[in-house]
Amino acid sequence: MTAVNEQLLPVVAEIVTGLKHKPGALLPILHEVQNRLGYIPPDAVPLIAESLNQSRADIHGVISFYHQFRTTAPGKHTVEVCRAEACQAMGARQLEAHAKTTLGVDYHGTTSDKNVTLEEVYCLGNCACSPSVRINDEIVGRVTPEKFDQLIDELRSQTLEVL
Amino acid sequence: MTDSVTKSSVTTIYIPRDTTALAMGADLLATEIAAEAATRGETVEIIRNGSRGLFWLEPLVEVETASGRIAYGPVESKDIDSLFDQAFLTGETSHPLCQGLTEEIPYLKKQQRLTFARAGITDPVSLEHYQQLDGFNGLKKALQMDGQGIVDEVKTSGLRGRGGAAFPTGIKWQTVLDAKSTEARNGNQDQKYIVCNADEGDSGTFADRMVMEADPYMLIEGMTIAGLAAGADQGYIYLRSEYPVAHQILNEAIAKAEAAGFLGDNLLNSGKTFHLEVRLGAKAYICGEETSLLESLEGKRGMVRSKPPLPALVGLFGQPTIVNNVLSLAAIPYILSQGGQAYANYGMGRSLGTLPFQLAGNIKRGGLIELAFGVTLRELLEEYGGGTFSGQPMRAVQVGGPLCAYLPESQWDTPMEYESFQAIGAGLGHGGIVVFDNSVDMSEQARFSMEFCVAESCGKCTPCRIGSTRGVEVIDRIRNDDNRAANMELLEDLCETMIDGSLCAMGGMTPFPVQSAVKYFPEDFNQPKPAAKGSARS
Ligand SMILES: Cc1cc2nc3c(=O)[nH]c(=O)nc-3n(C[C@H](O)[C@H](O)[C@H](O)COP(=O)(O)O)c2cc1C
Ligand code: SF4
Ligand code: FES
Repeated sequence: MTAVNEQLLPVVAEIVTGLKHKPGALLPILHEVQNRLGYIPPDAVPLIAESLNQSRADIHGVISFYHQFRTTAPGKHTVEVCRAEACQAMGARQLEAHAKTTLGVDYHGTTSDKNVTLEEVYCLGNCACSPSVRINDEIVGRVTPEKFDQLIDELRSQTLEVL
Repeated sequence: MTDSVTKSSVTTIYIPRDTTALAMGADLLATEIAAEAATRGETVEIIRNGSRGLFWLEPLVEVETASGRIAYGPVESKDIDSLFDQAFLTGETSHPLCQGLTEEIPYLKKQQRLTFARAGITDPVSLEHYQQLDGFNGLKKALQMDGQGIVDEVKTSGLRGRGGAAFPTGIKWQTVLDAKSTEARNGNQDQKYIVCNADEGDSGTFADRMVMEADPYMLIEGMTIAGLAAGADQGYIYLRSEYPVAHQILNEAIAKAEAAGFLGDNLLNSGKTFHLEVRLGAKAYICGEETSLLESLEGKRGMVRSKPPLPALVGLFGQPTIVNNVLSLAAIPYILSQGGQAYANYGMGRSLGTLPFQLAGNIKRGGLIELAFGVTLRELLEEYGGGTFSGQPMRAVQVGGPLCAYLPESQWDTPMEYESFQAIGAGLGHGGIVVFDNSVDMSEQARFSMEFCVAESCGKCTPCRIGSTRGVEVIDRIRNDDNRAANMELLEDLCETMIDGSLCAMGGMTPFPVQSAVKYFPEDFNQPKPAAKGSARS
């Protein structure tokens, strides 16, 4: 654990140095840390707090307020299922149940092969072609359970190619 | 004029790079069309435009011909061969996917596009395209005027904020223009800010996203004009992180605008300055509320501030700040270039100009429809929407996002303008329309409204934070037919407490969808249908 974090901390330090001059720098810093590392390691909090001259509790309070920030490593891919009304009108409730069953995890959970983390999202702006799902930075429309399985299969086969 | 037309001519093809087009496969399609053209020895230029907002036709492929752009959609990979075989590159219209001339498609032709006039026509990040279609004319005019002159033009337009509260934009701008930033506490003299609220959190809304993805320079121009009006040299676009495509396009556009002198120091050699930066939210609905948004921009938790003081006087970092929705700011270039009166000539009553309505959910032809205020909901649902996607009858329509009422069919003839909607206890919000067919269970929808408030409350006031959790529990008991009559009464009490006791509209309006579901769809709560009015307490 500590060994991993020791590798990560220089990255955090570099990010903080690069961004702390911005007015209201905390969110940009947290985004960048999560972009680069996949999550915000708890060990990064004291470092960020010190650089911004804020308390650790302040930083922790911000991290926990926003749904996007996470303090544990996610899977290789993040899959977000839209739960909002326009998607509900087109079967999002069935789709989320299907996603949870197929992946064998609840929201915020990661599959046992560490490939996919499942998240909820409230609207991706694709409401005219709902239900919608986001896979990393790609948004997909008119997602049926069959199409969902196909998308997950593609993610799994991508992983194989990489290995 | 040469006779080797067929050999050397380049056919221009448009394939959108809008989120919805991409979500329906536009990227792969563009690659495949390019490959197929190469195989067949055809020279084509593919322009990745924005969407026209005819989302049921996405990906909508357009081919430039002598008589205009011809549309084909929705195009899938399997259609590419037959399109080429049937000579779509020459504008041959016999293919079953052919929609004819794009501009003649009734859904588009009948609209009154002021804000969305360029959407889908141009490459969103091409400064040349933007200027060819009147881009920056408003800014050039504004540079000739003083702050008061610009604000007067906005007042004449009658523009009211499109983010939900419908507050007159001109009055807000006047307040910031008149504000003395030197009076603000931070010792940070003469600093004012323009903040664009691009949080677009309401389900069923995507007009802000379309502006940013199809015509980002219009927003940049609108914000720059706001800066000139109020004397602010720094702007922020607070964008939801759920919009990765918009993020990418905005950043591309800002970089290009800066390089060309439309942003930054010495705007168009005027000696004026305006800087612009995009900041990402982090998945919190409440950060769309303006004071919570400012807290978030300052790097804090998105807790709602009490008003007064107004953000116009004490806003971002304690300085006078204009906070406006994307659509409000996007209307500004038209207002400046054509004059406020030209804008005010559209609309009805005190709702002037146009609203981009957004048709979503269970609807056959979902998309963006910009029309003057006053059109009825039924016209939008039937003439534009063409009924439900499922083919089943429509049952309930939620207009204005997750904090607004569900409307039963008896209310669909209400004109879409602020005062008429207020009169029936409904709201227009940001113009989103979400359609449900008769498979909907309205008690489930009511439960979701409360659940959403549990997830998204900022936590500052008890009725909202705790009341919403109790709301979920009470509705669960009603759905289980557990002590129903008493729980219905309790639910009503709880709704009133939330309405009266909440600081902002999150807790104060969450009861509206719930109450409307109970009132108009009582049978879904195991209540007798002919809900005569006498039954409720007053
Ligand atoms: C809970 C809540 C969420 C809101 N979300 C948004 C939003 O996503 N976008 C927006 O422009 N306004 C939103 N608003 C309205 C803003 O507080 C504010 O009225 C608006 O940004 C002002 O801009 P306008 O005058 O141009 O409409 C929200 C308000 C509340 C109470
Ligand atoms: S009503 Fe809810 S969201 Fe609004 S300030 Fe109170 S707790 Fe926060
Ligand atoms: S409601 Fe799901 S994309 Fe908007």
